[in-house]
Amino acid sequence: MEKFTKLISTAVPLPIENIDTDQIIPARFLKATDKKGFGDNVFRDWRFKKDGTLDADFPINKPQYAGAKILVAGDNFGCGSSREHAAWAIVGYGFKVVISSFFADIFKGNALNNGLLPIQVTPEYLKELLAGIEANPELPITIDLENQLVEMAGVHAEQGRSTKAEFEIDPYKKVCMINGYDDIDFLLSKKAEIEAFEKERMVF
Amino acid sequence: MGKTLFDKVWDAHVVDTVDNGPQILYIDKHLIHEVTSPQAFNELEERGITVARPDQIVATADHNTPTENQHLPIKDEMSRKQLQQLTENCKKHNITLYGLGHKYNGIVHVMAPELGITQPGMTMVCGDSHTSTHGAFGTIAFGIGTSQVGQVFASQSLLLNKPKSLRVSVNGTLAPHVSPKDVILYIISKLGTNAGTGYFCEYAGNVFEEMSMEGRMTVCNMSIEMGARGGMIAPDQTTFDYVEGRKFAPQGDAFAKAVSYWNTLPTDQDATFDEEYQFDAEDIAPMLTYGTNPGMGIKINGAIPEKGDMTFEKALEYMNFKGGDQLLDTPINYVFLGSCTNSRIEDFRIAAAYVRGKHKAANVNAWLVPGSQQVAKQLEEEGLKEVFEEAGFALRQPGCSACLAMNDDKIPAGEYCVSTSNRNFEGRQGQGARTILASPLVAAATAIAGKIVDVTKEAVA
Repeated sequence: MEKFTKLISTAVPLPIENIDTDQIIPARFLKATDKKGFGDNVFRDWRFKKDGTLDADFPINKPQYAGAKILVAGDNFGCGSSREHAAWAIVGYGFKVVISSFFADIFKGNALNNGLLPIQVTPEYLKELLAGIEANPELPITIDLENQLVEMAGVHAEQGRSTKAEFEIDPYKKVCMINGYDDIDFLLSKKAEIEAFEKERMVF
Repeated sequence: MGKTLFDKVWDAHVVDTVDNGPQILYIDKHLIHEVTSPQAFNELEERGITVARPDQIVATADHNTPTENQHLPIKDEMSRKQLQQLTENCKKHNITLYGLGHKYNGIVHVMAPELGITQPGMTMVCGDSHTSTHGAFGTIAFGIGTSQVGQVFASQSLLLNKPKSLRVSVNGTLAPHVSPKDVILYIISKLGTNAGTGYFCEYAGNVFEEMSMEGRMTVCNMSIEMGARGGMIAPDQTTFDYVEGRKFAPQGDAFAKAVSYWNTLPTDQDATFDEEYQFDAEDIAPMLTYGTNPGMGIKINGAIPEKGDMTFEKALEYMNFKGGDQLLDTPINYVFLGSCTNSRIEDFRIAAAYVRGKHKAANVNAWLVPGSQQVAKQLEEEGLKEVFEEAGFALRQPGCSACLAMNDDKIPAGEYCVSTSNRNFEGRQGQGARTILASPLVAAATAIAGKIVDVTKEAVA
């Protein structure tokens, strides 16, 4: 897994609530047996019009947001299916961070297992962030995992409003993200404990 | 302080606790299918590791399988390859596979309980969010991502933080025509799609105590639709009677021993939950969804709320409904009776009882997809196949089918589908398709009338 420490990037606003994993990657694209290529179909049915051409109004397609590595989305992001293909699609498209005011459990775990950082902020900060990005698409946003901080550069500072927000992350997962470790390595290191447990467990 | 059902099962499976971190949870049974396992097998190969406990894994082909002509080679090349990959991976790693055409093949969450693979007190996982279904047995069962599928392959364990506890109690008497599907759609309509996130839910109260195992499975199945990783119901005599005698259930003395342990699992009187909700059974009616998430539900004779936020407006626009509309009398051209939520024999019995002696409306395309080969066989044995055929319906072969429309079973753009499945997300049943979630009874009634009708006005079958 790729290491993650700090990121400075622009962001794309996607202020829609309850974005489910069927929207992130529709089921008809789940036929591949490897992890490649899912980025091409991320948000497929929102990014493309019925005639197959790109929908210029969909935020990710707007030129002012090109190259952004941060996705800022509405509440309850990633609900629905457990498909990890959703995380592969978002990473495959080039995002490294998703910010929302709430994440579905399975998606959050899948993201962390793929070096994609899900950052939960307050609904107020999310609003501020969306407003900041929409006012200035070139606004650089800093994600500092070590110090668990999101920062909007400069914006609103002159008005005396806070531009920083702290975020929570499971301490174990933080270590994994910073060092690029994954759970398989850790679980394999616990083989003796697992085998000892197996000898004692109840089996009928 | 007393322990909850969830605490008891969880605590019995903790291998170790990481300082200031997650716990290692031992997994008793791991179910796999063709869509979320191939990348996990690849991961093992890349790391040069083997499957730790192949005898605790069972595989089926369900998500991406055709529901017609299963004996013929699959036309779609990618689908064919995905299934081949599953067969090869299972063979290579000595994993039991109930592939296409096998007498035990079926939707993973239908097949495992009917074979007695699912038992109370276990921990079970599958790369599918509806793994919560198995919680009906008092099992900790939840969906996982493919990375976690790989972790279970490698270690038969997972690293997890213990979720918070939630109890939803429903007491009272359900009205006629109200089914387990309506109970769970009602609960989700009240609590919303993320009330359960971060929690494991226990369903309690006389409504669940009196429910059949199949009904309990329908309820637990949709726990994830309110965000809960899983839902559980305390094992009782109904559970034991269902499990007893099934192929992989403990037999003889082992069964008696198991039952005495399973009897210790229900939540202690003095246990407390982080969150509790209570509902009256009398307030529940047959339900319909009108929007694009399972929380957007109303009573069958109710009306869509007048106004909502931007997400509500977006959903209504997609569904082509207006605030204040009733759904009754909406013409419906597609009906889907199937999915891991409602494709068991009881679901078909209810539908068959309704359609017996009637005929399908001419405008309706109805897809009746049994959850497993065993359900299909039972339909024939009970003469229900004939009932459906006489009413103008054709049964398809088992699989997930139009629930997620990964195969050819897609609802055309712009069409409404009254569906017994679990998700009404945009495009879930096909690009542009508009899903209305409902019970098997409501689906059957819709197929006969060609429009949504108020089943509460009809005689009880």
